[in-house]
Amino acid sequence: MLSLRKLCRPGLEPVDLDLEDGLCATLEGPSGAGKSLLLRAIADLDPTEGEVFLDDVARTSIPAPEWRQRVAYLPAVPGWWRLQAREHFADWGAASGLLARLGLDSALGERPVRLLSTGERLRLALVRLLLTEPRVLLLDEPTGPLDSDGVAAVESLLSERLAAGAAILIVTHDRAQADRLAGPRYAMAGGRLSRAA
Amino acid sequence: MEYLALDNLDLALGGLLIVVAAGLSIALHLGLEWKLLIAAARMIVQLLLVGLVLKTLFALTSPLWTGLAALFMIGFAGREVMARQEGGLPRLWSYGIGTTAMLMAAGLVTVLALTTQVRPDPWYDPRYAIPLLGMILGNCLTGISLGLQSLTRGARQGRDGIEAQLALGADRMTALLPVLRDSLRTALMPIINAMSATGLVALPGMMTGQILAGADPMEAVKYQLLIMFLIAGGTSLGAIMAVLAGLYRITDHRHRLRLDRLTESDG
Repeated sequence: MLSLRKLCRPGLEPVDLDLEDGLCATLEGPSGAGKSLLLRAIADLDPTEGEVFLDDVARTSIPAPEWRQRVAYLPAVPGWWRLQAREHFADWGAASGLLARLGLDSALGERPVRLLSTGERLRLALVRLLLTEPRVLLLDEPTGPLDSDGVAAVESLLSERLAAGAAILIVTHDRAQADRLAGPRYAMAGGRLSRAA
Repeated sequence: MEYLALDNLDLALGGLLIVVAAGLSIALHLGLEWKLLIAAARMIVQLLLVGLVLKTLFALTSPLWTGLAALFMIGFAGREVMARQEGGLPRLWSYGIGTTAMLMAAGLVTVLALTTQVRPDPWYDPRYAIPLLGMILGNCLTGISLGLQSLTRGARQGRDGIEAQLALGADRMTALLPVLRDSLRTALMPIINAMSATGLVALPGMMTGQILAGADPMEAVKYQLLIMFLIAGGTSLGAIMAVLAGLYRITDHRHRLRLDRLTESDG
């Protein structure tokens, strides 16, 4: 279980939140409300106050790189730092199973990232993230630009992770998706988090 | 060979060329005459002052005064590093990092050269120490300012990629390695170019000076080679220290990218 205790930073009011294992919590709210700030704050990518615990272990007692491997964050627009897609993977071969599940051809790996479509890049980044087998997934609109087949493929991967004991917090604007994921629902407005109906 | 001293009349004749150039500027309406004359006047005053200071320093041969002059030069070089940062580290930080790196790199290389290769007696003889330090410092300062500027620019431009790596569990050194490499390459490019082109395009200033002063060309070449080694060594060392310090400043102990510690930039 991931627990936030009075986690805050400028633009984000203190948040107390428990993310249970095996549940996919959804987060909605207008853009600029602070959803990405919250995800970044949990991943420790920005300086924050308050504390976060993973299975009762305080974040501050774990080196930051290790924390981010366990509590993995996928931004709405993932970043790239090399030319080819496959250069962003420690082991491209190990990715082939997940790539196929998401409808991606592994020949994609040879192509320059900037020539891939937004949807292809997003799915690639999701595979990259899942390969590190994180305990907690923080996903910022991971299905936004995908078609319905793509959305279904991503959701089925996510539910497998949940079954394996992961906890997920996902930003989505799709009510139907929130219904399907059937986890606790939260809303963010003006930097304040609340439980949604 | 004999050293040919110049007297004031020789200089005045040379200075006439500036007056001729100013006359041309008036005739052709270039509007450069005052700029030319003021620049020439500044140069005369500055160099005469430097000559006076050096003459006094050489006469004193005091470790205290030589050391103070060296510190003054390093402090001034630090100001230059600071002035050349645009949208980068705040002024105090670039000054601090630049000065410290130059103090350590240029200072170390100069002392090494004085005590093991040039070996004047005493080793701190300002006639050798001050010009050596000056030449090393001048190049070191270019390397450090280019390196720091390239680091902060690279971190800004590569922000998404760097944070993607951090989010996947990379530490700050790994995530910033491509930017670090680029910055050091940029920092060392001028000295690498200078070494490959030297002698073919123009004779190095110091070598020319020694030859004019009557030194044997081969002796002048040897001195020039030593100076280039010292400059390359000092610049590499200084740039590596400064860029690493800069890298630590734009990240923090939780391996976050801290672009909020940079000053505002348009780009």
